[in-house]
Amino acid sequence: MTDTVVESMVDTVIQLTGVERTFPSEPPVHALRDVQLTVRRGEHLAIVGPSGSGKSTLLNTLGLLDRPTAGSYLLDGVETTGLGDLERTSLRGSRIGFVFQSFHLLPYRTVDENVMLAETYRRPRAGRGRGGRLARAHLALEQVGLGHRVGFRPDRLSGGERQRVAIARALLSDPALLLCDEPTGNLDTENTLSVLELFDDLCAQGMTLVVITHDDAVSRRAGRRVRITDGRLTTEDR
Amino acid sequence: MKGTKGLARGTRGLVERPWMDPRDLWTEALAGVLARPVRSALTTLGTVLGITTLVITIGVASTAGNQIVGRFDALTATSVTVTVPAPLPGEEDAGPLVPWSGTDAVGRLAGVVAVAALADSDATDSVLVRSNDVTAPGDMSGQTLAVLAASAGLPAAVHGAMTAGRFYDAGDIARHDHVVVLGDQAAKLLGIKRVEDAPAVFFKGQSYTVIGILGGIRREQRLSTAVMMPPTTAADRIGLTDITRVLVDTALGAAKQVARQAPIALAPGHQDSLSVEAPPDLSKARAGVQNDTNSLFLVLGLVSLVVGAIGIANVTLVTVMERVGEIGLRRSLGASRRQVAGQFLLESTTIGLLGGVVGAALGIAVVVCVAVFKEWTPVLDLRLALGAPLAGALVGLLAGLYPSLRAARMEPVDALRAPS
Repeated sequence: MTDTVVESMVDTVIQLTGVERTFPSEPPVHALRDVQLTVRRGEHLAIVGPSGSGKSTLLNTLGLLDRPTAGSYLLDGVETTGLGDLERTSLRGSRIGFVFQSFHLLPYRTVDENVMLAETYRRPRAGRGRGGRLARAHLALEQVGLGHRVGFRPDRLSGGERQRVAIARALLSDPALLLCDEPTGNLDTENTLSVLELFDDLCAQGMTLVVITHDDAVSRRAGRRVRITDGRLTTEDR
Repeated sequence: MKGTKGLARGTRGLVERPWMDPRDLWTEALAGVLARPVRSALTTLGTVLGITTLVITIGVASTAGNQIVGRFDALTATSVTVTVPAPLPGEEDAGPLVPWSGTDAVGRLAGVVAVAALADSDATDSVLVRSNDVTAPGDMSGQTLAVLAASAGLPAAVHGAMTAGRFYDAGDIARHDHVVVLGDQAAKLLGIKRVEDAPAVFFKGQSYTVIGILGGIRREQRLSTAVMMPPTTAADRIGLTDITRVLVDTALGAAKQVARQAPIALAPGHQDSLSVEAPPDLSKARAGVQNDTNSLFLVLGLVSLVVGAIGIANVTLVTVMERVGEIGLRRSLGASRRQVAGQFLLESTTIGLLGGVVGAALGIAVVVCVAVFKEWTPVLDLRLALGAPLAGALVGLLAGLYPSLRAARMEPVDALRAPS
């Protein structure tokens, strides 16, 4: 019995229970209504929906960038709704790897420095000291197929390469969850394909992926697809 | 295995807090400054200007001040004058406060080169002195001169030299001789050029033989228009008995000490009633000179610093607004508000420090150039050279406070929405 409890907690990366998010205005905007969502470890989930459906609010909630008005959110076994700002920040940095539509790479830093930034804001873990950071950054770049771009500035890379650098940065902190917000929104078909193949590879390696998108080509790759409409989640069967 | 780890992580107290290696903070801040080198360089200009002005002002003033102090000549630095007050009414019988022999005691003090006592009074300040006894009708012959008694050491004490004849000596004084010595201007006024034929002067109905003319007086220059006579003679003839002033000539550097000891030697037990004029304290003179020249330029430098601070604050604020996306990214990577604020604060401080270093270097270069041009010895205070960059850093720190606060207050959700 105890074992099954532990097992269920282990296997669950995200557990949203009755999550509500209401923005106080006249009239109040209900961005999320009674959202129930469970994401298991290693799962590849796509969240689709038209703009204005509450996609961004859900992403912000999942990324600990926003607090739900009601309900409970367990991330990697940690109940987050009661945490203070500092603890949420720390949790965000250590458990979640973000991939943004606009890449968010620092233009004045090299590719390696951009990747290393992921380890800047926390105490080094055992065996992952500051000295080995550059080597780990190179490894992460290899992992996304950019070993030959070490030392480059982001402005000399193609869009797909930039997004892969951002993914390498997200992977460096060894997160429990890769949270992607329209990761191919700024990419052409060819680059989109290269990023999606990378997602497949990561999935095969056991990474948990949550991708928010309105692109069918992207969501079709996911193992599970949920649709959000007017703040309500519905599971799509395929 | 993983399960227990997951459970442990679930405990609230075990959520680690954001932490940053100081070296990383420094790397990030420096990269931020160097990302826009031209802008950073231009931003430092205000601080550079302010610090340069301050360093030049303080540096040139202390160099010049040192120069002015250097010109205080040896004469001023070695002159000590003791003024003896008139005896209080009713105490005249108690004897003089300072006896004529008191100068001997002063002469024995270490550091005393020469000493002389003077006695004068209001009654003898303007005496009609004539060089002959014949009064022609309608002719106002004679000059109004000061008559005073002086001890034999006077020529040495006033750095004077006999232009004719000799000064009276201890023998003249002991014999109560009717002799006088004229100051060179007094001699000219009376038409006396030589003393070989023993000219006489007449005042208060008595005649005196002129035995010498004292010239080149550099101290107590009023003596050059005076008639000086031995104290014994003066006491007998014109009632000048009490010493009013004692002039002491000291070795260089001994003035302060002699000024302290002379009153005790002159009037043991009554030293407090004597007043002493010692050369001004050199360090005080230096400070005085600096205060005069500095205030205006100091204000100028401080104003430039304030302008520089406003410049840094302005540019840092613009930079923060431009880097909203970057702030959002850092927050998403786990940077706390404090770490974001710390980075921007360190960036503005670095810009201020750079301005301070450049300003201090420029200022010191200008001070040295001025000193070379004026053939002065440049005086550079180490505290100034080290303090100026620190002042610049402080300016940057203060200027960065508000922009950093703005950066820290940003919500990551809003910040991430900005394009990057």
